[in-house]
Amino acid sequence: MSKGGTKTPKIRIRGLKKAFGSNQVLDGIDLDIASGESLVVIGGSGSGKSVLLKCILGLLQADEGSIQIDGQEMIGLAGRDLEAVRSRIGMLFQNAALFDSLPVWRNVAFLPLAKRQMTKGQARKFAIERLAAVGLEPEVADLFPAELSGGMRKRVGLARAIAVEPEILFFDEPTTGLDPIMGDLIDRLIRKSVSELGATGLTITHDMDSARRISDRIAMLYEGKIVWQGPMQRIEEEGNPIVKQFISGETDGPIQVLH
Amino acid sequence: MVPVVTPLGRALLAFFETAGRLTIFAVTALWHCLRGPWYLRMIGRQMLEIGYYSLPVVALTAIFTGMVLALQSYTGFTRFSAESAIPNVVVVSLTRELGPVLAGLMVAGRIGAAMAAEIGTMRVTEQIDALETLATNPFKYLVVPRIIAGVTMLPLLVLIADIIGVLGGYLVSTTQLGFNSQSYLQNTWDFMEFEDVFSGLVKASVFGYLIALMGCYHGYHSRGGAQGVGTATTNAVVSASILILSFNYLITGLFFG
Repeated sequence: MSKGGTKTPKIRIRGLKKAFGSNQVLDGIDLDIASGESLVVIGGSGSGKSVLLKCILGLLQADEGSIQIDGQEMIGLAGRDLEAVRSRIGMLFQNAALFDSLPVWRNVAFLPLAKRQMTKGQARKFAIERLAAVGLEPEVADLFPAELSGGMRKRVGLARAIAVEPEILFFDEPTTGLDPIMGDLIDRLIRKSVSELGATGLTITHDMDSARRISDRIAMLYEGKIVWQGPMQRIEEEGNPIVKQFISGETDGPIQVLH
Repeated sequence: MVPVVTPLGRALLAFFETAGRLTIFAVTALWHCLRGPWYLRMIGRQMLEIGYYSLPVVALTAIFTGMVLALQSYTGFTRFSAESAIPNVVVVSLTRELGPVLAGLMVAGRIGAAMAAEIGTMRVTEQIDALETLATNPFKYLVVPRIIAGVTMLPLLVLIADIIGVLGGYLVSTTQLGFNSQSYLQNTWDFMEFEDVFSGLVKASVFGYLIALMGCYHGYHSRGGAQGVGTATTNAVVSASILILSFNYLITGLFFG
């Protein structure tokens, strides 16, 4: 389903603006993400991709515009209402952001434990099941995050994000810092979890191989605006010079590169 | 004129900005302390960290302080043949001032720094953002347990410091200064007032709040990687120490002014 469909999009962003001092990071973003779709936002380092994610989650306060999830306005939401929306969203952070004072199993079962929905024994069992789903052995459950490799941390982070079967999943640079094989594995796990849960996925990345594997649709963020969006297959046919330069990785072109 | 006024105004604005942010932080923290849900496991962990693991440091500080108090007052008081006032001086100075202030300063160095470093690292590695995305309020999960533990554990520590400090004075007086053991203890007991001990414990509670507040505030607002966390840690200890000394004066004024 592309733009202009009759169904309400899962996430609808209109005129989103965010500035830090005089630096206008987001300058009027319009973006729809359909239910069950996997959208990948690409853009250079410092183009505001992370800021976009953090605005949707309410971690950063947007200056202007509207963000709706299932038709509910997110901007201005606070307290319990905001928590309720957030509990439907899972997020995998760039460096996994595991709680390093807790063992792996308490990380994975964090939400059910915090909400006292499970006993300790149940939570442990639950965590081991979720770890198996991302290809990790039960022994990992008792390790601390500092004892894990980068790829394992990402997988634990993914297990934590999908543990409570969220309707929406955010991925912040899922393959950054991983070797190509581990990157491919993480992408497959992301694809698998999104389709198994029937969740709506939003990924931000600058890794084009990863974008190809994860996306149903791609949007390019440049100078605070979405300059192009469409299905992956069309990205090379359409002659958008900004997109073309980004995917070919040239230094000459409309994107200003500081030397 | 302008070159003088501009930086002055800027500094004044920065001061009010910080003061405002700190006030909002302090009020929000208190508000969440009163409203559940409470993370009991985290509260227990912090109580253990502040109350139990600070015991050796506080006990050592207290015993040496008591010992030196007895020794110093002896050298001064013999000139006026007022040696008998030593138990009185030791117990009053310890319970009113030195117990809470020195324990507070030691705990500020030990715990305030650890809080700022831990929360600061959580901030720069996005763990605080991760808490929020897991529908958990970082104030309730990180700040409230530390403040509750600080407010409840510091008085207990100070009570122990008072006892150990008096013991230090007693040891020096009876072994080196020729005091009779029984009459020293009798004098200590007779001179000890409820108000002295109570004011010391009230101070301890306030200091516990200030230490936890400074540790959490500076950690929570730290940014910019390892260097930012280092700055936050320094600021937490320095500001907690200064606040302890100034609030000590204010509370003394309230009780005995």
